[in-house]
Formats: sequence, structure tokens, C-alpha cells
Amino acid sequence: MDAQNQVVERLRSAFRSGITVPEGFRRAQLRNLLSLIKDNEQMILDALHKDLAKPKFEAVISEIDMVINELYHAIDNLKSWMQPEYVSKNMATKLDNCFVRREPLGVVLVIGAWNYPLQLTLLPMVGAIAAGNCAIIKPSEVSAAMERLLAELIPKYMCQDCYAIVCGGAEETKVLLENRFDHIFYTGSQKVARSILQAASVHLTPVTLELGGKCPCFIDDQVNMDAAARRLIWAKFFNAGQSCVAPDYVLCSRATRDALLPALRQALGAFYSEEPRTCPDLGRIATDRHWTRLMELLGRSRGKVVLGGESNQEEKYIAPTVVVNVEEADALMEEEIFGPILPILTVESVEEGIDFINRKEKPLALYVFSNNSSVITTVLEKTSSGGFCSNDGIVHMTLPGLPFGGVGASGWGNYHGHWGFETFSHRRGCMLRGWALEKINTLRYPPYTEDNLGWLRWTTSARKTAWNSCTVM
Amino acid sequence: MERQALKRAREAFLSGRTRPLEFRLQQLTALQSMIKDRHTEIATALKQDINRSQYDTPLLELISLENEITLAIAKLAEWAAPRPVEKNLLTISDEVYIQPEPLGVVLIIGAWNYPWAVTLIPLVGAIAAGNAAIVKPSELSEYSSLLLRAMLPRYLDQDLYPVVTGGVTETQELLKQRFDHVFYTGSSTVGKLVMEAASRHLTPVTLELGGKSPCYIDKNCDLRVACRRITWGKFANCGQTCIAPDYILCEPSIQNRVVEGIRQTLLEFYGVDPKCSPDYSRIINQRHFNRVMSLMEGYTAVLGGQSDASQRYIAPTVLKDVSPHSRLMQEEIFGPLLPIVTVSDMDDAIRFISEREKPLALYIFCSDKKAIKRMLDETTSGGVTVNDVMIHYTLTSLPFGGVGQSGMGRYHGKHTFDQLSHQRACLVRSLGMESVNLARYPPQDRQRARRVRLALTSPMIDFSKRTYVWAVCVTIIAFGLFVTLLVILLIQ
Repeated sequence: MDAQNQVVERLRSAFRSGITVPEGFRRAQLRNLLSLIKDNEQMILDALHKDLAKPKFEAVISEIDMVINELYHAIDNLKSWMQPEYVSKNMATKLDNCFVRREPLGVVLVIGAWNYPLQLTLLPMVGAIAAGNCAIIKPSEVSAAMERLLAELIPKYMCQDCYAIVCGGAEETKVLLENRFDHIFYTGSQKVARSILQAASVHLTPVTLELGGKCPCFIDDQVNMDAAARRLIWAKFFNAGQSCVAPDYVLCSRATRDALLPALRQALGAFYSEEPRTCPDLGRIATDRHWTRLMELLGRSRGKVVLGGESNQEEKYIAPTVVVNVEEADALMEEEIFGPILPILTVESVEEGIDFINRKEKPLALYVFSNNSSVITTVLEKTSSGGFCSNDGIVHMTLPGLPFGGVGASGWGNYHGHWGFETFSHRRGCMLRGWALEKINTLRYPPYTEDNLGWLRWTTSARKTAWNSCTVM
Repeated sequence: MERQALKRAREAFLSGRTRPLEFRLQQLTALQSMIKDRHTEIATALKQDINRSQYDTPLLELISLENEITLAIAKLAEWAAPRPVEKNLLTISDEVYIQPEPLGVVLIIGAWNYPWAVTLIPLVGAIAAGNAAIVKPSELSEYSSLLLRAMLPRYLDQDLYPVVTGGVTETQELLKQRFDHVFYTGSSTVGKLVMEAASRHLTPVTLELGGKSPCYIDKNCDLRVACRRITWGKFANCGQTCIAPDYILCEPSIQNRVVEGIRQTLLEFYGVDPKCSPDYSRIINQRHFNRVMSLMEGYTAVLGGQSDASQRYIAPTVLKDVSPHSRLMQEEIFGPLLPIVTVSDMDDAIRFISEREKPLALYIFCSDKKAIKRMLDETTSGGVTVNDVMIHYTLTSLPFGGVGQSGMGRYHGKHTFDQLSHQRACLVRSLGMESVNLARYPPQDRQRARRVRLALTSPMIDFSKRTYVWAVCVTIIAFGLFVTLLVILLIQ
């Protein structure tokens, strides 16, 4: 545990030396990280396959490419992100230099997750590097192969004084959190998030929490059933359902459900063939513990399995499963499923669906499938969620222009693209005044008078009319 | 009682009342009327709380509060509108934007030094963002707190914005409840407790804390003006300002001139006996009076030093050659004591500042642009004013907040609105164009994979200002060349 302390100290000295501040250093490190990914693509794919039986296609588009895109985006935009942002002024400050500087926070801690072990660990790291910080990366021990790979590769490509990997489980993380960081970025569960936030409050460390929740998927009666079914199946069973933004459960009317089921069956057959277990495009559950948890939920459920349901413990395999006749109090509705089981609950109207969604915690993502734009707008306006996507699933998080994060129980803060840069930066408001115009300053000095007060009100006023008068002057 | 207020506020929020912009504008306008109509009562309450002069109140509190409300009313529609973002090939025909949304019920815990500004400016942002808010003013500014509790329900929606008064126990009770955001202004010690309490519900917080804000005076600057500006900032509100210059750093060669500059200014501002000046405030209560007085132990003031416990009066006081290890330099002074610590040069000053906790504000008095830039580059702080003090607070376009021990989160103007909103990422697609989507479905092959990789590379459509300017320039140049070509052809 002393070793961890030393690592933090080493990074802190490096940060203090100012080495991470210049644009050139940050860009070089980002390019190094890019090389890390590109040079070792096959090893990364192998590690992902070992941890999650991740199909190559999924590994490439949802892990490797996401990190590469993020890196290119950061490298291309770093210069403009680092520029001071000049702000609008009032009359009293018209001659001053007023701007916002983005400054690094210091030594940050990034705690990754196991379901997308590359992306969820490295995407925040990109933001941290771009913002000029030193970073300690703590990958999830559950995705052990990726943890080992990162522990080997990061010191090889990245400046070892500035970026370090710390491995281990819950105990090691607890000790690590006793150290003081300038920001903690955590992806994972609400339970662990609470203890991280408590540890952070001791040092007044700001945090970003990317948590989860049950992402509802509302399917309207007026919908292109085949397309909706395909997109839903794709989003749900991607990574065997182990995505924080996977549609967790479906809400629709009975009639829609009856029309949906054959469409789902067809899409499942088209995607994963009639024998999903033999299909190379379907992933596996990460660990025995998670497999058991999912099977237990399915076992306790009072719903009826209409598609799938097969499983194999040795392979940690669960077939893409659809369950109907699920009630609100069902076992499958107790917690985030995080697996290839899709419950369908029935509601008889959009309003009922909205009420149902609002009875629960704010989710990380919310999905609506409908041909009717007013239905989409209604659901959007009457609910809240981290992100929202209509007529598709998951893809909203591939856009670096959109902030990716939760709200309420699904998280605090966001990242991706320049949002990641902002998350790991301090926005310092700066006002550079001159020595002249001391006469105007005397308005504010004691002894106070009514007249001075009047003038002062006018010069600092936020009103548009004051600004217009200034241009006349 | 706290639980009831929260329950009513939450129900009122869930009813959807705060969503329409008209409602929020109406509430903001009502708040504006309250400040305008009742400013005499507010000034009286402040006089009773802290002996604030009748001019200091609008100057230090009400002007900025009024400006915030005016700005929010003028800009609300713009702030609350969806904000489009750049797309990639896959989403080229979709609507992609960020929709700001209210969080729910916000808890605002105010402070006693500027009880109206510090409690109500966050409320302006909370209302503008469409939230409900429980307002908990500081019990130490008793008269202001009671006045606010009596006044606010008469102007604002009583269910959505209740005022809850009380001390430590009531605040602790409140913090046990679940809010959607907690906005706290006060000390770092209590800030930690607030964050810890909020952590149980995973509630995000904004903490506007304090610290020792350094004030560096370079030997080559207009000392007379510098001293005047520093004196104003330090002794306004009797030094009880989170962004007051806490201590001075300067070279020994100018120390005496600095003291002289301050002495002359004090005479101009408060006369021979500041105790008799109507413009000089008092310490908030006996406990803080004792605390500030005890900081001076072992030091003889070179200016001031007088006090009167019965009035909680401490004269504007300056102390020379203060040791970095003295009590004065261990905690935020938050009173009218101004220690001068000598440093050998600017590098020494930078080192001194960087060794300590990140302050809420940093002040640099210097005429050399390069030196100023160096100091900005080699230090950090919540905010900075160069060649003056505190004024960065008054510009609403600058984000105001701390870093490290001085706080987290920021506010003022649009920043308050953003801080108390959820920026919801929205992608609105249609079910058409399914043929484009086919490439991403299993079963997978190399050709499909390549197509999808291309579609996800972004940005393909870049709406950034830089590209726009480039596009316009290139179009103009191309057009110019085309016209030139035409002219050449026609001439021939």
C-alpha cells in the first residue's frame, strides 16, 4: 500500500514541475496513446475476447474505434480548447481584459469498469491528458486480461512520471482513495459510488460519477415494427446486454407487444441464427458471479419466457431472452439487469408509460420508438434522463459533441469530446485591469454618496440599454 | 417542518408548474420587485446584523443581485433553448442537441456575510433553470434571515420556494433529506460535512468556500493606486468577504511605502476615527470578534489595532513583517486585519502561493504584462483580478467559483443556470433510412465493419466557428478568383 502512496507522490511532483502543461507535451502523450492502440490492436482484441468473449465487430466499433476517434478529436481540437475564452463585458470593464482560462486540476484518479474495459478506462484518460493533468488509472479487476494488458502497455508508451496504472480489487481501491486527488472519475455502480463520494468529501475532491440504472424503452403503437425490432435487438444484446445504456426493459401496449414479438423473433434469428450459442457475434457474461445473478433473477421472475431462456454455466452463456407478463414488482424490475434478458411490461397509453418511468429513478438513457413526433416530444418533455435517443439505441453516445453522463441516481457530471476536457479542467475567471480610469473607480470608494451610487449602478448594469448608450459614446 | 417544506416543494415541482418559461419569468420579475420595493427594509436588517452602511448594501449586494435578475429575465429563452451539436455520417439526417432541463428540488444554504447576494443569486439561477428551491439563510445574520422568511412568500410561489430558518440542527435535518442539488456557501470545514451528507443520496453539490486569497504587489507598479484599491477591498464589510485580499506579499523594499499608502487611503475613506464613520461595518458576532482578535496575538499593529468589544468594532489594522508560521497565516482571517508577508521577488511569491491551498481569488498588482502572464501560468486559484481586487466577481459572464479547498462548481449569470440544470444529450432519429443501419447488425463481415467505422468517424459535419470562418473565407476567395477569371476573359 506504501507503493500506492509513492505513486501518488511521484505524480504530484511531476505535476508540480509543470511538465504536463505545455500543449506539445499533451499532444505527444495523446499520440503515444494512439500508437498504443494501433500497435496492439490484436492483443487488445484477444484480451477483450478472453474477458467477455467480445465479438471482433463489437470490440472494434465500441471499444477500439471509440478510443481512436476520441483521441483524434482531442488531438485536432486541443489547441482551440486550450485557448483563453474572452467574455462579454459591462461598461465598467469595457477597457479590461476579461477571459476564462482552462487550467489542469492536478493529479486525477480514473476508475474504470469491466463491461467496456478499454473504452471506459481510456476515454476519461484522454480528457485528463488533454486537460494537462497527471492521472492514476485503476482498471477493473473483473476484466482481468485487459487489466494485465493495460498494466503492461501504459508504462511502455506513456510518460511514467505522469501516468500510472494501479491494479487491484476493492481493498486496494479503498486504500488508494485515502490519498488526496484533484478529481475522481468513477464508472460503475451506485453502491460503490456512495463510498467513493464519501472518501472524496474528506478532501473536498470533485467527482464525476458515471453510474447506471434501468433504461426504459417505450414503444408506441404507431411504429415501423421491423426496423424498431432490429434496432432494439441490436442495442439490447450488444455485449450480451452488459451496457450501461442498454435498453433495460420495454414498455408498450398489449397490441403492440403482440405485434412486436414476431418481429423480435425474426430479428434475433437474422442476427444470431437459430442457434445463438454457436454464433460468434454474441458475447458472454463477464463472470460466474454475474451469470448466477442473472439466472437467479430469471428464476424468480413471474413472467413468461417467450424467446430464448437457454443457458450454459460453463460458458457463462445466456441466450437472448425475452420475457412477457412482467409486472412492476417483478424480480426483473428490482435492479439494473445488465444482461441479455428483455422484460416487456404493458401500459395502455403514453401517459401511463410516462408515469411508470417517472416513478423510478432517473435513468442513464431513455428510448422511445415511434413514427409520431409528438409522442417523442411528449415523452422527452415529461421525463428526465442522462441522455435520450428516439428510434434507436446506444448510438447517441458515439457522438463526441454530446455530453455523456447521468442525472440523479444515474450519475453526476459528463464527458466525451470537449466535455471530457472541461470535466478535468478548472475554469479560472480572470480580469486584467489597467491603472488608468482611477477616477471612475472613486465612485465605489468611501465616503459613500447617493450620487456616486447612481453612477455606479449605471456603469455595472447588465441592461441592454446601458450597452447601447456606450456605443453611442 | 423541513420535511414538510421539502414534500410540498417536490409535489409542486412534479406538477410541472415550473416548466413553462412564462412562469419562471413571472417569478423572476416578482423577485426583482421584492428587491426594489423593500430595499430600505433590507438595508435596515443589514445594519442590525452587521452595521452595514446604507450605501455599502446596494454597492456590495443589491446591485449585483439586481443585475443577475435582469440578465436572467433578458436571456432566459436563449439559455433554456436546445443547443445543437456536431454530427457524424451516421446521424447526418437526425436532430442532435443538448436540452437543458431542471434538476428538481435544490437546497440553497446561504452565508451571513452577504446574506442577500449569496442566498438569492443562486436562487435566481435555480428559478431560471426551472427548479424548486428550499432557501436556508444563515442564522448568524438573524435580522436578514427573518426578513427573508417573512418577505419571500409574499412575492414568490410559496410551495416552490420556501424559506427554512434555523441553526445547525435544522440544517443537519435538511441535509438528511434527499435533494437534486445542494448549493452551499460557507467554510471549507462545513463544506466537507455538506458534501458527505449529500453523498448518501448521490446528490451533486456546488460548494463556494473560502481560503486565504493572496495579494501580490510588485515593486514596479503604481503603489498609490494599488494601495487604494486594496484598502477598499480589504476593509469593505469589515473584511468579511470570501474574496477579500487576505494578506499581502511584497518585497521588503516597498513594505513601508505600502503601509503609508494604506494609511493615507484609510484617512480618505473613513476619517481619523473609523469607529465614527457611517461607512465602516462591524464584526458579525462575539465569537468571530474574539477569533479575529486572537489572531493578532504576539504582533503589534503598525496601523490600527484598536477595538471595542461592546460594539464588536475592530479598527482597520495592518501588520508588518508577519511570519508565514504565525496564526494570522494559518486560517482565513475574515476580518479587518491585513498582514504583510515579505518575499524576495516574484518567483518567491509564486512559490509561496503554490505551496499553499488553492485560494478562491488571487490578486496581482504589476505593470509588466509578461510578469503577469508568468504568474497566471504558474499559479492557480478560483478567479483572478489583476491590478484591482474583487471586481472579477461583478462580471456575470465570468464563472465564479473555487478550486481545490476553495470549492467546486461555479455560478453567476448563465453559469448558475447551467450549474443547476441537467444538460440532457438528445438524438432524435427516424425509423427510415434503415438500409444505412443494416451495416451495423450481425452477422458481421469485414466489408460491413469498414462501412460502420467510417460512419462513426466524426465529426464529418463540423459546425464549429473555425470551420465556418474558413468556409466563408474560402468561398470569398474562390468567388474572387472566378470574377477575376471572368474579367480577364472579357477583356480579351
